Order: sequence, then structure tokens, then C-alpha cells
Amino acid sequence: MALLEVKDLQVRVEEREILHGLTLTVNEGQIHAIMGPNGSGKSTLSHVIAGKPGYEVTGGQILFKGEDLLEMAPEERAARGVFLAFQYPVEIPGVTTMNFLRTALNAQRKARGESELMVPDFLKKVREVSKSLNIPQDMLKRGVNVGFSGGEKKRNEVLQMALFEPSLCILDEMDSGLDIDALRIAADGVNALHSPKRAMVVITHYQRLLNYIVPDVVHVMSKGRVVKSGGKELALELEASGYTQFEDAA
Amino acid sequence: MPAVQETVERVKRIDVDQYRYGFETLIESDKAPKGLSEETVKFISEKKNEPAWMLQWRLEAYRRWLTMTEPTWARVDYPKIDFQDLYYYSAPKPKKTITSLDEIDPEILKTYEKLGIPLREVAMLEGVEPKVGEEDPARRKIAVDAVFDSVSVATTFKAELKKAGVIFMPISEAIREHPELVQKYLGSVVPTSDNFYATLNSAVFSDGSFVYVPPGVRCPMELSTYFRINERNTGQFERTLIIADKGSYVSYLEGCTAPQRDENQLHAAVVELVAHDDAEIKYSTVQNWYPGNSEGKGGIYNFVTKRGDCRGNHSKISWTQVETGSAITWKYPSCILRGDNSRGEFYSIAISNGYQQVDSGTKMIHLGKNTSSRIISKGIAAGKSQNTYRGLVTAHRKATGARNFTACDSLLIGDKCGAHTVPYIEAKNSSATFEHEATTSKISEDVLFYCVQRGLSQEEAVGLVVNGFVKDVLQQLPMEFAVEAQKLISISLEGSVG
Repeated sequence: MALLEVKDLQVRVEEREILHGLTLTVNEGQIHAIMGPNGSGKSTLSHVIAGKPGYEVTGGQILFKGEDLLEMAPEERAARGVFLAFQYPVEIPGVTTMNFLRTALNAQRKARGESELMVPDFLKKVREVSKSLNIPQDMLKRGVNVGFSGGEKKRNEVLQMALFEPSLCILDEMDSGLDIDALRIAADGVNALHSPKRAMVVITHYQRLLNYIVPDVVHVMSKGRVVKSGGKELALELEASGYTQFEDAA
Repeated sequence: MPAVQETVERVKRIDVDQYRYGFETLIESDKAPKGLSEETVKFISEKKNEPAWMLQWRLEAYRRWLTMTEPTWARVDYPKIDFQDLYYYSAPKPKKTITSLDEIDPEILKTYEKLGIPLREVAMLEGVEPKVGEEDPARRKIAVDAVFDSVSVATTFKAELKKAGVIFMPISEAIREHPELVQKYLGSVVPTSDNFYATLNSAVFSDGSFVYVPPGVRCPMELSTYFRINERNTGQFERTLIIADKGSYVSYLEGCTAPQRDENQLHAAVVELVAHDDAEIKYSTVQNWYPGNSEGKGGIYNFVTKRGDCRGNHSKISWTQVETGSAITWKYPSCILRGDNSRGEFYSIAISNGYQQVDSGTKMIHLGKNTSSRIISKGIAAGKSQNTYRGLVTAHRKATGARNFTACDSLLIGDKCGAHTVPYIEAKNSSATFEHEATTSKISEDVLFYCVQRGLSQEEAVGLVVNGFVKDVLQQLPMEFAVEAQKLISISLEGSVG
């Protein structure tokens, strides 16, 4: 069943059109990879799906579980199950990671009409998840991402993904700034979260990440459109021959 | 619309009009005639049944005041105050002398109930969850000396404090009952000639709190005063005097609210603290007076002189303030570090929204040897407000080994507000070590988007970021107050975001 349907999406940033009619369908349980050179509109797509301010949608639509996503506030999208793992997670000094996780989780639960999670249940859940991701407890007591290494920041994103249990996870350049060990830990975390109901959209420049997170479908983006889609072998083909062959296709 | 733009839009619609504490109590009051003269001073002194020396003290201050002019150096802008157009004394008319809480006008008690102040002893404030290793805060008590307009209507917990030898009473009573202490200490930290507003206060102060903690005594509870300005056009002139004798400790909490008014109300308080050898005073303030409406009309003018004297060796005075209200704030709680090895601290959160103007900071005056001080100031400006930190750190020639650390951080919400830092640093000997750090930042759109992507609303996101920003200072507040302050911060920033 289709979880996310992007239809003929056109997006502008300050008068400049970035996406010129992008179409993409992601089904439940699938892993999609979106690849493409810098400036092809990959991050714009992820931002528009998550509802980042500053983008103007001039045409097309995005359906999430059959509903119009563009009509929802970003926090509502989060509560309905859209999760964006940031390329550069922000630092929030003075707010402990633990406090942040609890506030966010309860805000989402409240928006869904669920009861707030009590502290002991919450702590139990966080401990389980952080253990599986190899996240030390003292990291949770520090300010959100403050002084975290690149690997720690990404693991913190995966931790939130695990806690919030979204149905659509968009990973924006998860591999940037990670060494190979950190990448493997983060990717293992992501793989553990893969389930028949949960879809993943992995945005990346390089094929490297796809050795760890194996996609069902690979899309190539160029100049604001999807120019080619195929199986996981498409990523290997790209790695060998580069993006230039697609630039004309756009 | 970008988040910051939205924030700015919301600030324009700021709902300070819905000031939570805007209600008025209808009770008959006993007022001095309008205006200021020797007669007004005599009227107040007489109302208080004061001894002759006190009247003399007031009159001297009044005569001095006539020769002084209002200070203009602060970064605040307001129409000239007509000091002859104010009432200088307003007391709820008592039917008879009050001996217990039951005899207090129920209207007054109701006002306090609306404010959520537990005047009745049964409603002792109880703390939040105890941290491991700490004593059960449910047993911690707070004695409340409530000042309704100008008269302390009730003092609770008096008996228990008496057992410990602590004197905690309205200063008007202390003048009569403990004249030797009052005469010795009143004006010894803030002299009657100190500054325009302090001198005015000395002439016409109506009431306030008096605390004396005897040698070696650790005050068994937090002491608390709630001020409330009720009467129209009444200047409120509180006078507080706290003395911690050798080796003693006291923590004092001051909270303030005022009902909504169209006219600006003047408030000029004086607080004096004296810490003798090895004594420690912790003074915490949460101020949420009416800040004026969305057009900047009305609101309290707050011109306060607060100063602590670390008179003894190894003494310590710590000021913590959370300032969210008032149209104009002019306030510099300071420490005179006279005793050797004495320590002064100033922790401040100043939030301004709407058209509020804040000019606040501290003075750390190092006189003794190896004295140290610490200043942590967090200013948050939203709306069209102006928020200034003004601080002085100075080491006297003989203050060898003086040390200071200052950190001033400002956070801006929107682009119509201003944050300013005006530090003065003077070292008159070469062994002083002064450090100063200052930052100014805006709440970035990226941070807000990160939070909303995780399910928080814009408003919750700003609240979270701001509470993180002020965390170092909130931690300095007594637990009960910290919870209140945290709520207050969210209330003051309501409507400042989209």
C-alpha cells in the first residue's frame, strides 16, 4: 500500500524553482534510496515533506497515508509518523537530551490523543533503545547534541527514530561526516527499525551507505526531477559511471 | 512564512492585555493626602506610630531628596514623573488590630488566593520530588510575610521562627520592637543620600520586611514576602532589611505581582542586606508586575536599590532574580565585598516583551582581600522591548587577589527588540583577575524547525530553548520558586512565537 505519494511536485525558494514536477511513490515496508549530485533537489524534497518553512509549493501534491500532507503543520506531520533524520542535527544548550526526548514524545502522543508516557515507562524505553544503539547513558544527560561527535549526533537521530516509532523515516545524508565504524553503527540501528509497516527514504550522494542499508528502489535525481529509477544495482552503476550521464536526461 | 517571521508577527499581537493577575480588590483604604511634603512624611510616620528618631531620619532624607535630580543615565525612556501627583501611603483600613489570620479582611485573603499564595499556615508550600540525598522537601516550610499595598497584613510561622531566635516581622513593627537593631543597620548599606530613588524611599517607605538571624543559626525555613500593588496611583516604597549575624544562614524569597492598571505606578524599593563573618544570605526575587498593554500603555515603573554588604570575613551574599514584568526596570542588586575572602553572586534572568524596557545588572565592589564574585546574566528580548545589562566590577587598591567571572548572554526573539551589554570593569591593583564573557544570539529557524519536526509546537519549542538558555540561573533558585519561575517564563513569552 502506498504510504507516501509525491505527485508532480513543484517547489520554489525565493522565486527560484528547485523542484520541477517530481513524482515518487513509497510503499509501506520499502526502502528507497534517492541519489543525485549536489543541487539536484534531494534535501529540498526532504524539507518539503517535513514542512520546513521557507519553501513555496507552486504545484502538485504530497499524500501521506492518503491524506494531504501539505495542509498539515510540521508538528502534526511528526505526530502522524513523518520523521526526518537531519544531515546536521542542531545543538540545544541547557536542554538535556533526556528532557528533549520526553517532551517531544509526549507532544506527539498528546497530538494523537494518547496519554503521556509516565517517567518510569519512558526511562525503561529509552534505556532499552539506547543500549541497542550503543549510546551511553551519560550522553542522554548532556544538552541536545552539545559537544556530540558526528557519530553521536547521528546515533541520537536514530535513537529518536526508534523512540517515536514513525511510519516514514527520511534520512538526509546520514553518512556525511561519519567514519566507517560510526556509519556501521548508525546503519545497523536503522536496519533494526525496518519493518513491514515502516518505510525508509535514504538520501545520499554515495553508494557506500547502501552497502549497509540495502534499498528496494533507487532513484536518481537531477535538476529537480527523478530521472531514473531502478533496483539496488542502479546505485552500483552510478558509483562506477557518475552522475554526468543523467544531467542531459534532466 | 518562515518561523522567525511568524514569531515577529505573533509578537505584534502579544497578549499582555490578558495579564493573569489583573484584578482589583475593593476594600476601603487609608490614604495619605496626594503629593509629597514634610506633612506627608509626618503623616506616614504617625500612621506607623514611629518613634521620634525614625521621623527625624525620614525628614532628613526628605530634605536631601529635595536637592537631588532624577538619574538619566539608564537606557530607559519614559515621560517625566510628577512626584506631586502620587499618593505616598495607602493602607487597607483595619477594623481593629489583627491578631490572627481569621480577622483579616476576606477580600484581601481572596486576592492572595487568586495569586496562589498560601497565607494560611495549613497551606504551607510543599516542594517537588526530592532529589536523592536531599532532605524531604515536604518538610521544608516557607514563612510568608505578605505585604498588601503598604502594610504587612500577616506574618505566619512567627512562633517557630521565634524558637530559633530568628526575627522576621514587618519593618514597621521592628522599628518599635527592635529599635536598637534597626537604628544600627538601617541605611548602613544604602545610605539615605545614596541615590534619588533610595532617598525618596527613605523619606516615605511604608513597610517591608525585617529579618535578623542570630549568630550560628541556620534559619529553619525559607522566608518569603509577596508584594502587591493594589491602590491606584500609589507609589509603593518597600524597605527591607536583612541581617545575618556571625555564622548564620538565611534564604529569602521575594515575589511580586500587581493588578492591571492604566496609569503607571511607581515602585521604588530599597533592600539592604548585611552579612557578618561566615554568614550567608541568599536573596531570590521573582518579579512579574504588570508590564503594560500591547501598545505600551500602563505598567509598573520599577526603580529599585538593592545592595548587600559582605561586612564580615568569609561572608557570602547571593542575589538571584527572575524579572519578567514592569514597564520599566531599573535595578542593580549589588554586593560590597568588604570582608576578606567574602563572596558575591548575581544570577539574573531578565525577560522583556511588548514595549518593556529593562536596564538591570549588578555591581561587585571588591574591597577585601581574596574576595570573589560571579555574575551570570541571561537577557531575553522579544517584541519591541529593550533589554540592557549594566554591570560594574571593581577592585579596590587593597583588594589583592580579587577574582570575578562574568557571563552575559542575550537571546533575541524577532527583529524589533534590542539587547545591550554595558560592562564597567576597574582593577586598581595588579593581582585582580577579572573575566568577562558575553554572547548575543537569536533563536535560529533551524533550531525551531528541528523541534517542531520532533512534534513540538512553535511555542513549546521557544519555551524549551529559552528554558535551556536560562537553566544555569534557574538552578540557583530554591526548588519551589524554580517551578514557578519556569511557568512564568512561558507565560511572559506567550504570544511571542507562531
